[in-house]
Amino acid sequence: MCRLSAITSSEYFSPVENILSLETMKEGHDGSGMGLVLKDLGGEFEGLKEYPVLSGICSKGGMQVLDDYMDQKGFKLKHIWTPKVKPVKGIQPRDYYFARAYEYPPGFREKPFADKEELLLATRLKLRKMGEQDESIIVFSFYPDVITLKEVGDPMELGEFFGLGTDNLRARIILAQGRQNTNYAINLYACHPFFIQGFGSMTNGENTAFVPIREYLMSRNFPGYTGYNSDSEVFTHILHYSCHTLGYPLNYYKDVITPLKASEIEGRQDGEAVALMKMALRPLCIDGPNCVIGFTPDGYTFMVQDAKKLRPGIVGGVSGKIGFMSEECGLDSTIPKRDRSLDVTPMKYDMVIVSPGAKEVKVWNQLQGWTTIMN
Amino acid sequence: MEPATRLDHNHELTLKELPYLVRWRDDRCKRCGRCTAVCPVFAIVPTVVVHRVVESSGAFPQPKTGRRVVTAIKQSTNISNYCIGCATCSLVCPNEAIEPEYNPQNKFLIHKNRGGTPYTRGGRRNDPLVSTLDRLKFTRISMLTDPALDAGRHEFRLRSYLGRILPADELPVKIIDGKAEVDHLAEKFIPPVREIYPVMIGSMSVGALSPNMWEGLAMGITYLNEVDGMPVVMASGEGGMPLRLLKSRFVKYFIPQIASGYFGWDEMIRAIPHMVEDPCAIEIKYGQGAKPGDGGLLMAHKVLKLISEIRGVPLGVDLPSPPTHQTKYSIEEAVAKMIQSMYMAWGFRVPVYPKISGTKTAKAVLNNLVRNPFAAALSIDGEDGGTGAAYNVSMDKMGHPIASNLRECYLDLVKQGKQNELPLIAAGGVGKKGNLAANVAALIMLGASCVSIGKYIMQAAAGCLGDEFNRCNVCNLGKCPRGITTQDPKLYRRLDPDKVAERVVEVFKALDVELRKVFAPMGRSTELPIGMSDGLSADDPAISERLHISYAC
Ligand code: SF4
Ligand code: SF4
Repeated sequence: MCRLSAITSSEYFSPVENILSLETMKEGHDGSGMGLVLKDLGGEFEGLKEYPVLSGICSKGGMQVLDDYMDQKGFKLKHIWTPKVKPVKGIQPRDYYFARAYEYPPGFREKPFADKEELLLATRLKLRKMGEQDESIIVFSFYPDVITLKEVGDPMELGEFFGLGTDNLRARIILAQGRQNTNYAINLYACHPFFIQGFGSMTNGENTAFVPIREYLMSRNFPGYTGYNSDSEVFTHILHYSCHTLGYPLNYYKDVITPLKASEIEGRQDGEAVALMKMALRPLCIDGPNCVIGFTPDGYTFMVQDAKKLRPGIVGGVSGKIGFMSEECGLDSTIPKRDRSLDVTPMKYDMVIVSPGAKEVKVWNQLQGWTTIMN
Repeated sequence: MEPATRLDHNHELTLKELPYLVRWRDDRCKRCGRCTAVCPVFAIVPTVVVHRVVESSGAFPQPKTGRRVVTAIKQSTNISNYCIGCATCSLVCPNEAIEPEYNPQNKFLIHKNRGGTPYTRGGRRNDPLVSTLDRLKFTRISMLTDPALDAGRHEFRLRSYLGRILPADELPVKIIDGKAEVDHLAEKFIPPVREIYPVMIGSMSVGALSPNMWEGLAMGITYLNEVDGMPVVMASGEGGMPLRLLKSRFVKYFIPQIASGYFGWDEMIRAIPHMVEDPCAIEIKYGQGAKPGDGGLLMAHKVLKLISEIRGVPLGVDLPSPPTHQTKYSIEEAVAKMIQSMYMAWGFRVPVYPKISGTKTAKAVLNNLVRNPFAAALSIDGEDGGTGAAYNVSMDKMGHPIASNLRECYLDLVKQGKQNELPLIAAGGVGKKGNLAANVAALIMLGASCVSIGKYIMQAAAGCLGDEFNRCNVCNLGKCPRGITTQDPKLYRRLDPDKVAERVVEVFKALDVELRKVFAPMGRSTELPIGMSDGLSADDPAISERLHISYAC
C-alpha cells in the first residue's frame, strides 16, 4: 500500500522530514514514484507568496515551447528554482525539473482572485496538453505559494537525487507520498498528491467507485476535472467540488465521500440538508477502502477514511507540529516526543482537521459533532 | 364408390404440427380421468379405441385374433385445443402415465391463425437463447490491492432512490455558522424522493392477476417492508387497486399505474381524501415490453365482480386500452400534462414517472424528461419484458433489448451530467435464465438505479409454468392452470396467497444475499454501483463495444 506522510507546522521545514517518515513506513517495494506538494512556502519563495508558481518537468525542447507560450500569454518570469540533481542509480534523470514563479499578465494583476485562478488553471491545462503526447512538458501545479515535485523511484533515493538535504526548499505544509506500483503503468500524472486551485490531497487504498465518480466529475463542466491517470485524483477534485464549487465547510467533505445511512442522518441537527446533499452527491460516495490526507487553500489539513479502511492512518504531534501518517511508525519517526494519548486514528465517522500552523486539532464526528483534541 | 370414411384427412393437422406431444402410457394409466378433467385447454379427451388382440389360452398355442374396446387418452389435433405443454396433467396423474413433450419440428405459428385471427397469448417472448444480460460477467475482483469485503459480515446498503434528485448546485442549502441548512425561504421545489430496494415488482394489474396472486404479492411486499426492513415496492399495473389497500397505511409500498384506459382512476381519485399514506410513486404507462406500441386488453371473461368494482366498469365486457393516451398529441404535452396533474393530485408529495417500452427513441423521451423538473424517473421495459396479453408478433418481434437501450440512455445522461438526477428503471427479461442477482447487478452497473421484475416473480413465487418454448403462456385466456392469471375462482383457489407471500419474501432475501456476493468482491457496499461499468465484461466483442464495457475471454 502507498505510504502517506503529511506534516503541518508553524515553522518552515524541509521535505526531507516527510521522506524520512516514508522510509520508516516502507514495507516491500515502494519504487514507483514519489510526489511532494509544498504549501505555504519558505526559503527562497518566502517573499514570493503573491506570485503563481508553475511546477513541472520539461525536456529541452519542451522548455522552449513552454517559455514561448508563457511569454505570449504575458506571464513574466520572476524566480526560478531547480533542484541540484545528483545522479542516483536506477533513477532516470529528465532534462529540467523546475518551480518557477511568474508575475500575472498585465491585464490580470488587478483582477479578482477568482479570475486569476481560472487563468492559472487554463494555462496549466493548456501546457499539459501541449506536452502530453511526447512528455516534453509535464506540469503538476500552477498556483501561488504551492510547489509540486514528482518522479519515479524510491522516496529516499529521490530525496538524494533532488538534493533535498542541502536545498533550502521549505514549507509549512508538506504532503508526501511513496507510491507503490499497483494496477497502473507508471505515469507521473498518476503520482500523488494531486492539486487543484488551492486544494491538495493524497490517498492510499483502492478506489472501487472510480468510474462513476470520474464520470460525475467530468460531466460537471469544469475544465480542471480531467486527467484521472490515477483513481485517486478524484478525491482532490471531490474536495474542490464540495468546498470550492458548492461552498460547503470542510467537514462536509466527510459527508460527501462517506455518507451516513438515512436513519443516522435523521439524528443530525442539519439532517434535512445532509439528506439532500447525500442524494444529490450520491455518485461521489467513495466506497473505499481509502485514507485521504489533504489541505485546503486556507491552510487547514485533514485526514479522513472510510469504514472499510481496516489499516487506518494516524494523526498526532505537538502544538505547532502535527503529522498525518499512514502508519504509526511514520509519526514516531517525525514527532517522537509527543503525547501519544492525543494521537487520533479517525474511524468510520471521523475526520481530523488541523488548523493552520498546527495550533488546533479537532475531530469531526458525523454523529457526535466536534471534539477538540489539542488547542 | 366413395369410401365410408375419408382416407386423406386433408385440412386436418397431424400431431407433428403441434408444439407439444402428449406422451400417454397405456400400461400405466388407471383411467382415473384426472388429466382430462384438469387440462385447461381440452387438449386431451377420454376416448375409446378398438385394439386388435391375439390371444392364446389352453395347453397348446392356439392363437386367436379378436378385438377389444379400451378407454384411452387422445390428444386433439384441433389447433384451438393444442396442448400447451403445461404439464398440469402430469401434476395430477397418480401413476406418471402422462406428460407433454416439446416438439421442435412443430409448425404451430403457421397454423395458429384460424378465423383470420392472429395468435395472441400471454407470457414471454419465446426466445430461449442466452440473453445479453447473461453474457456479462463481473471481472473486477478486489484482492490484494484492497481487501475484498465479507458478504456475510460487512454492512451493506443496497438501496436506491426513486424520484427526481436536485443537482447539488441547485439545492436550496445555505451555510449558517458552518452548518448546512435548508433554505425554506428560497421557494425552491424539492421533489419527493423515496429510498427503495433496488429491485421492484413490475406492473401486473389486479385484473391480469388473480386476486389470490395479487394479494400474495402484496402481502409479501408488506412483510418485507414491515418485518424485514427491506423497502421493496411493487407497481400495480393498469386498472387501479383494491379500495381497502388504497385506504390502508400499506399503500406506501405500492406504485399505482395510470395507463391509456385510465381504468380504476375514478375510484383512485375518490379514494385520495381517505388515504392515510401517500403511495410510493405513480407510474404513467406509455408502453410495455410485452407489446410495444400496442394498448392493453383485459378480456371480458376476466372482468368479474371484483375487477368491475375496482375499475369502475360493467361486468363481463372487454376492456381495451388504446395504444396511446388519446388526449395527448405530443410528448411535451404528455409529459407536462400527465406528470404535473398527477403531482397535483397528491399535493406534489408523490414522485411521478413514465414507463415506456424499449425503443430506439428512448433517448428522445429521456431528453424530454430531463428538461421537465417534475419527471421522477424513466422506466424502460425491454423487449423481453411483459406478462401482458398480446399478439404473438408484438411479443416476439417488437421492441428493443434492455441492455443497450439502458446503456445508451445512461451514457446520454452522463454526457449531460444528469446521471444522478433522473433515475433509470430497467426491466425486461431480468432473471430469464434464473440468474436474477447477476442480471440485476449487471443492469445497475450499466446505469440502472432500479430494476423491475415480473415473470421471474410469477415463476418463483407462484410456480408459473411458462417458459421460452411457449410452454403454457395462456395467461390471456383466463385459463391459467396455476391460478395466477385468471379470475375464475375454480382456478385461483389452487393458489394459496400465504404461500405466494412466503415465496416473495424468500426470493428477495435470497436475492439480497446474492447481490452482496456480487458487490462484495468488487469492493462495493456503501452505495449501489450505478454505472460502475469497469466491473463488467462481455464475452462477445460486439456486445462489449456496444455497451462500452471491456471484453473478456
Ligand atoms: S400438458 Fe397441459 S395442455 Fe397438455 S394435455 Fe396436459 S394438461 Fe393439457
Ligand atoms: S402458469 Fe399461468 S401465468 Fe404462467 S404461463 Fe401459464 S397461464 Fe401464464
